[in-house]
Amino acid sequence: MHFAAALPLQSGASIRDYDLSFETYGQLNAARSNAVLVCHALNASHHVAGVYAGQDKSEGWWDTMIGPGKPVDTDRFFVIGVNNLGSCFGSTGPMHINPDTGLVYGADFPVVTVEDWVDAQARLLDALGIETLAAVMGGSLGGMQALGWALQYPQRVRHAVIVASAPNLTAENIAFNEVARRAIVTDPDFHGGHFYAQGVVPKRGLRIARMIGHITYLSDDVMNEKFGRQLRHAVLGAGAGDYKYSTQDVEFQIESYLRYQGDKFAEYFDANTYLLITRALDYFDPARAFGGDLSRALARATAKFLLVSFCTDWRFAPARSREIVKALLDNRRDLSYAEIDAPHGHDAFLLDDPRYLGVVRSYFDSISRELEGAA
Amino acid sequence: MSDALTMEALARLVPVGSRVLDLGCGDGAMLDHLQRTRGCTGYGIEIDDANVLACVQRGVNVIQLNLDEGLALFGDQSFDVVLQIDTLQHLRNAETMLRETARVGRIGIVAFPNFAHWPNRLSVLLGRMPVTRRLPYQWYDTPNIRVGTLADFDALARKNELLIKDAFGLEQGRALRWMPNARASTAVFVFTR
Repeated sequence: MHFAAALPLQSGASIRDYDLSFETYGQLNAARSNAVLVCHALNASHHVAGVYAGQDKSEGWWDTMIGPGKPVDTDRFFVIGVNNLGSCFGSTGPMHINPDTGLVYGADFPVVTVEDWVDAQARLLDALGIETLAAVMGGSLGGMQALGWALQYPQRVRHAVIVASAPNLTAENIAFNEVARRAIVTDPDFHGGHFYAQGVVPKRGLRIARMIGHITYLSDDVMNEKFGRQLRHAVLGAGAGDYKYSTQDVEFQIESYLRYQGDKFAEYFDANTYLLITRALDYFDPARAFGGDLSRALARATAKFLLVSFCTDWRFAPARSREIVKALLDNRRDLSYAEIDAPHGHDAFLLDDPRYLGVVRSYFDSISRELEGAA
Repeated sequence: MSDALTMEALARLVPVGSRVLDLGCGDGAMLDHLQRTRGCTGYGIEIDDANVLACVQRGVNVIQLNLDEGLALFGDQSFDVVLQIDTLQHLRNAETMLRETARVGRIGIVAFPNFAHWPNRLSVLLGRMPVTRRLPYQWYDTPNIRVGTLADFDALARKNELLIKDAFGLEQGRALRWMPNARASTAVFVFTR
């Protein structure tokens, strides 16, 4: 969908004549009360559920969660997935033309924040004729957007579902993002962010960014269970399991896995988008305007909340979700909080742990009952 | 203690319209009951996955937390009532949690199996740990890591300088006030700081 009017951004800049890609699933009811907005995290898109006809492996990124008969049941809810500004899956991003200059944005794409994304999403809902969301939901960075919605448009959100998220990033978390950004920016193919004109892609940087990201999304336990100290050539059946005594070849299976993930990512993801989205993560901090007092920051929120965290998630640890829980309790908001003992680290929010999906399903069942009661 | 009579007897101790924190809320039945019949609001605390799910299914606010980690999430006197119904006997730090209950709630209500109930005494007198309807577990396979009596709790509450507003035994939903320590399978205390 095209938006001609300029969107003022938190930085003071603005962006005009932009497009937002979105998908919808299910039917909007007559009362327009059953809409659920799904916010994506770092490397996902508006394609949250289902498959594209004739395309293998085209499942939406939250297909375990959303669809007919799934926890967020599209037979009952009208689900909206939207690709954020600055991303690289169809919405206007750094690879597109800046209408002010006629040139590709590249590094000149304005810095966008979680709050800006929420504003852009709100405009999309306006255009779709949806005043109030039955729920806004997201995991990780998507959870930050869900929290942002509850703060920026409290009257438009009935429920906020925040999974594996945090009220801001810790220094360690920003540090991981910075390593990833430096890997990209120092790739000779990056050209200060204007690599499109050179016909190159800073793939080396993107690969390393993805590798470090991936390490932090898994837990030590799950990595050991999945790969342990397995040797690559032993897995391929090409040897008796002896070391190669090479410093540069792939020796261990985990190396092969990370390289594969890095290669795959560098094929489809945009380098400037990676910088923009990790920065949006770094900047998010609703308590900042309240002297660091999250309870005061969350006083504006009137939605009911479901929060979920995972015990082995060290990138967005349960303690960070509990900070949000505490701030909501201080404001006497309705909330439920589940701490799922899943082994998969941060990645767990995209997986199909039955306890996790069960809690979300039950929560949406109760939203559905509320809607029926109101009808 | 899902027994409806017991639940109703305990619910009557909660003032209408109270903001309630239910420590070890199980499947949320008590909070649900308080919300529907007494206009209460609040949250349950549970550690067990299946119980957390049951609470969400009921539409009862639940926070998954290990009570042995304390109540740091909750401010002083931030609830009208804090309930510990059949929870105390599972707590490693029962005394700390008692103090926390009094810190967080203006009123604390504790109910637990009274080990001094006469059938239990008789059983121990005969040399065996009791297995009853109220204490249905074998000694080697019980979630009840604390066994205490009505008189024991009274002493613990006094040691912690809590003000006991009411104390009685509960049997089939009926309050027993004459010799409750021998006659009741459940001990109930209402206290403040």
